Amino acid sequence: MSSDGDEMDYDDFEFEDDEGIEDDNGSQTSIGEAYDAFDDGVAGKPVKKDPWDISYQPKSVEELQEEQKVLVDRVCGLIDSDPSTAATLLRHYHWNPEKLSDKFWEEPAKTLHAAGLSPPSSPSSSTKPLPASNNAKASSSRSRLEPVPTESFECPICCLEFEPEEIASQTLSLGCEHRFCKGCWTEYLERKILDEQESGRVQCMEDGCGRVVGERTVIALVNDKAKDRYRVLLDRTYVDDSPQLKWCPHPGCEYAVFCKESPARKLDQIIPIVHCACGNDFCFGCGFANNHQPLTCRYVKLWQKKCADDSETGNWLMANTKECTKCNATIEKNGGCNHMTCKKCRYEFCWVCQGDWQSHGTSWYNCNRFDEKTGQDARDSQAKSRASLQRYLHYFNRWANHEQSAKLDHQLYQKTERKMEEMQNGSDLTWIEVQFVKRAADVLLEARMSLKWTYAMAFYMKKDLSTEIFEDNQANLEQAVEALSEMLEKPIDATTIMQLKSDMVNKTNYVKKRAEIILDDTLKGHYESRWKFTDRD
Amino acid sequence: MSANLPKRILKETERLVADSPPGIEAHPHEDNLRYFDVKIDGPGGSAFEGGIFKLELFLPEDYPMAPPKVRFLTKIYHPNIDKLGRICLDILKDKWSPALQIRTVLLSVQALLGAPNPDDPLANDVAQHYKDDEKGAIAVSKEWTQKYAV
Repeated sequence: MSSDGDEMDYDDFEFEDDEGIEDDNGSQTSIGEAYDAFDDGVAGKPVKKDPWDISYQPKSVEELQEEQKVLVDRVCGLIDSDPSTAATLLRHYHWNPEKLSDKFWEEPAKTLHAAGLSPPSSPSSSTKPLPASNNAKASSSRSRLEPVPTESFECPICCLEFEPEEIASQTLSLGCEHRFCKGCWTEYLERKILDEQESGRVQCMEDGCGRVVGERTVIALVNDKAKDRYRVLLDRTYVDDSPQLKWCPHPGCEYAVFCKESPARKLDQIIPIVHCACGNDFCFGCGFANNHQPLTCRYVKLWQKKCADDSETGNWLMANTKECTKCNATIEKNGGCNHMTCKKCRYEFCWVCQGDWQSHGTSWYNCNRFDEKTGQDARDSQAKSRASLQRYLHYFNRWANHEQSAKLDHQLYQKTERKMEEMQNGSDLTWIEVQFVKRAADVLLEARMSLKWTYAMAFYMKKDLSTEIFEDNQANLEQAVEALSEMLEKPIDATTIMQLKSDMVNKTNYVKKRAEIILDDTLKGHYESRWKFTDRD
Repeated sequence: MSANLPKRILKETERLVADSPPGIEAHPHEDNLRYFDVKIDGPGGSAFEGGIFKLELFLPEDYPMAPPKVRFLTKIYHPNIDKLGRICLDILKDKWSPALQIRTVLLSVQALLGAPNPDDPLANDVAQHYKDDEKGAIAVSKEWTQKYAV
């Protein structure tokens, strides 16, 4: 290595050497494998059918480690270096071997420096090269083995003295010539790893020196606990550094998911939901720990923020106050009958329908249902804020309703199971034959999830011709979902069980179909940028 | 106490007392050799010129792996020093290196007095004042120096 005798110093350990050379050969075979591994991954399980679908592959920690190893080996071959250097460089270049090797062969010294591998430019300070190596420094290529020092050495950190013959075994410099004793290095590294959770980017102890401490050095110096932690942190940064990998956010899950067609700029068009090997869904785009189709990441974020900020206050205002339709004063009704007289403007109205008290009784008001028409009227008569609050709460309450139902899924499954047992006992149906109930519950939950997000989506949508179709689809699905839900709740009558079975199977299929229709249409719409949104607050 | 003190701290203390940097004094407490009384002269040409600022400096158990804890005891009107005397200085936090010393830390604190940095504020109101009306803010800093640090 560095046979051209330039300033490059690849090695971490000045006293531990030559491993790099051994590693140069034998890495060729694995290059192809590295790429096969990736390609196989992409062609993995989920079948891509539409352009707005994505393909992806869950990866275990072992697979991730294997990938890193393959890439490191590959880079060792490409730039003729030892694994520790290759790993540090790869970490700096976000595990992109092509970019790394291009840069490296263009400007080797600069590349190494950028990754924290070159000698320091800092003029400081407390640490000086060993006295004996001063003479050697001027010579063309620094030898790996330091000349035997003649003077004792004092560690600038702990101020302990080391005899000349102890220096090689008891002290260490990273190739940046800042020398410290091994005890201090160990203490420093263990602290960085265990307390500060650092791994691939721990730097030399000297102030201002950017030299990165390589993997081999760390492993050789720290205790077992720190070693384990260090490896975990390295795997973590491998995933964190790669835009094509994401950790599954579900508690206890150790898988990461690989997906290479979900760049941030496309998140307005696709919603990259992935199904992890642990059985849960999450969004590859925003890390949301569930399926949020058909709403795009950006609006999911806005919606969640809005719900966290406003919904409680909004609900309270909505539940407890109304505005006088004449003067817009906010009124809290704290007792008495529905015949209200505004303290401010003396207007008399009905608390329930907010109409003029005079015309009350021959009511044409529809108080139970929200629609844009009455919203429009309200805007005329009431404060604009109230209308938009009402609009928000309309969608919020529907969203929250499905959210709540989905949270009860555990209960639903328990109930379903009981029901299935009941059916077996009450009829001559077998366990296999009553699976339709379980399937109904599965489909119901999934449909609720999609339905839930359509309400948040509707909140941000601009009304135009295409949204009408969307709303029709939404209404259809809502109806079907509620019908199926009711069917699942109904007590079982042994005499009509066959009828119930066929009804439920039909309904389940119908709900599934309706859910697919709305999902396909909305996802296609996103992909074609057909939907128009506004960032209302 | 001193028997258990690491060699590094003994050496640093020795050198600080014998050969302190200009405008900086640091003396360890007799009953706690990790606790220092510090005095820093306001740098010439700054709003703090003529003031003598008292600070406390404590070397935690894991010094020098962890940075010393430093705090102003004298009231000061400075965008990077808050009401409680806490200092916003990178080397006292994430940029700490065990190769730094008490001496280098105190020199950095002195340099901070000479070059307030309102873009990285600790005392938000003071920083805003420095940004909106530097002349006015410097006048207040001078006034406080005369009032509290002389």
